[in-house]
Amino acid sequence: MSTATRSLPRTIGAHAILLTYTAIALFPVILVIMNSFKSRAGIFGAPLTPPTPKTFDLIGYTTVIGQGDFIHYFQNSLVVTVASLFFVLLFGAMAAFALSEYRFRGNSLMGLYLALGIMIPIRLGTVAILQLMVASGLVNTLTALILVYTAQGLPLAIFILSEFMKQVSDDLKNAGRIDGLSEYTIFFRLVLPLVRPSMATVAVFTMIPIWNDLWFPLILAPSEETKTVTLGAQLFLGQFVTNWNAILAALSLAIMPVLILYVIFSRQLIRGITSGAVK
Amino acid sequence: MGSLKIENVKKAFGPVEVLKGINLEVTDGEFVVFVGPSGCGKSTLLRVIAGLEDSTSGRVVIDGQDVSVTPPAKRGIAMVFQTYALYPHLTVKNNMGLGLKQAGTPAPEIDRRIGIASSMLSLEPYLERRPAELSGGQRQRVAIGRAVVREPKLFLFDEPLSNLDAALRVNTRLEIAQLHRRLKATMIYVTHDQVEAMTLADKIVVLNAGRIEQIGGPMELYNSPANEFVAGFIGSPKMNFIDGARLGETAKTIGVRPEHLTVDPKSGSWKGTVVHAEHLGADTNLYLDCEKAGLITVRIFGVYDAEPGATLYATPDPAKTYRFGADGKVLK
Repeated sequence: MSTATRSLPRTIGAHAILLTYTAIALFPVILVIMNSFKSRAGIFGAPLTPPTPKTFDLIGYTTVIGQGDFIHYFQNSLVVTVASLFFVLLFGAMAAFALSEYRFRGNSLMGLYLALGIMIPIRLGTVAILQLMVASGLVNTLTALILVYTAQGLPLAIFILSEFMKQVSDDLKNAGRIDGLSEYTIFFRLVLPLVRPSMATVAVFTMIPIWNDLWFPLILAPSEETKTVTLGAQLFLGQFVTNWNAILAALSLAIMPVLILYVIFSRQLIRGITSGAVK
Repeated sequence: MGSLKIENVKKAFGPVEVLKGINLEVTDGEFVVFVGPSGCGKSTLLRVIAGLEDSTSGRVVIDGQDVSVTPPAKRGIAMVFQTYALYPHLTVKNNMGLGLKQAGTPAPEIDRRIGIASSMLSLEPYLERRPAELSGGQRQRVAIGRAVVREPKLFLFDEPLSNLDAALRVNTRLEIAQLHRRLKATMIYVTHDQVEAMTLADKIVVLNAGRIEQIGGPMELYNSPANEFVAGFIGSPKMNFIDGARLGETAKTIGVRPEHLTVDPKSGSWKGTVVHAEHLGADTNLYLDCEKAGLITVRIFGVYDAEPGATLYATPDPAKTYRFGADGKVLK
């Protein structure tokens, strides 16, 4: 079926490329989930086959739930991710609003300074951060992680959000001012709902690296009390023996919450990425 | 009830001076239109009156009260914006009532005023809808209604018709004119469209490059423009400006409106060739390339058949010819 805008070979070509990419992207995830339901012998014997009645085994999951305090690790990860996300979005949006809305001396310099963090990886400052946390007695607390992740997420959030806030109509904000709304009401009631799609975009980009991070939990909060899921999974990674069943099960479980949060945000996300492209 | 006085208002954005000393008086109940080309400062002046921009120097006095440092909500004004600027999350009713609610007006009073405004603008069927569910014309009526319920001393309109299509523009223009007659309120209206200015205004303020060029009634500006700029800006098609020296005149420039020229195929003052003819039905615009006067526009009422290339003689009406000096001012 050929039309003016579509031809069969081109459609096939486009789909082939997209399907190949999808397969490559999904392959490791599916491999992890598949093997998490297999016995040890099954994993090593035929790693690429799906679980058969013979190799099907829930030993990984029973180990994870039985050993270690995995529910607690999950809780820690969730608290850190959600709290960091909240602060990144709140402070990021407020800073972006100030940068895009008010004319003040050094506005563009301030914007540049706040965006600088995008180019400099926060891990370069690990030693200084650790010293800071030791000095302030925050080592082995979730607060330390939340503070670091908030700092890590802010530059990109401010950069993206201030671009979007510039697009919010000046007339609308001025109408609010004439109607006697305070600047805070204008920000929370008029501007924030209009930039919601871009907030979702920022939320997803911020959330995933936080959830997956191993570096800072390992350095700042490695205690049993404050372990996150990614750090907890290391429990099964021994120097001589590695409990692959348990690791794969733990990783499969760790995908779930982030997947759920992603689904919540993704409906907004599509609009966030495409909005502004067309009026 | 709603007088306005602007004293020597200046506004600069960094080194760029947008308003270079504006003095203006508006009496109660007047409909004043600020008109000028884009970038002339008319919107900035409106924003200074509204309090959305601070003036660099000078005073804004509303009803005898200096409001130069009063926040917009306390100035007793209401504003209608070009992009409607309705609150997307509120219904029409709440959009109109928000300003009063913020000011602490009791609910029955708010309802009463919304009732009056919505019947005036025939918005009753839409009161529970959100702005997204309205058409452009309806949205602009809601924006006008939002201004009306506040019963302000001063209505400010910032190019309210620019986003509407041509037919709606005429209708809404009519509605604004009726509204002014009914409310007898003071209104200030910014536009770059001289038709809106001529049809609505009691008084037109022509602005150019941050300065007031002339203030006067529509016919006053049309019949006796103070300078070349106003003469060229008011009237459509634009006035013809002819180099005085080419005509053997003492004035620097001679101005004559297209409608004050007559044409004749046999004889007349300026011999010329038809370059292009626009047939509009009610009138015909001819573009003539004249030996003496250069390219001029002639507006003939009714239908006139003229083929490009034909030779015609144009004759200006001597009583309606304007003479401008080297500084652009009209020579008496």
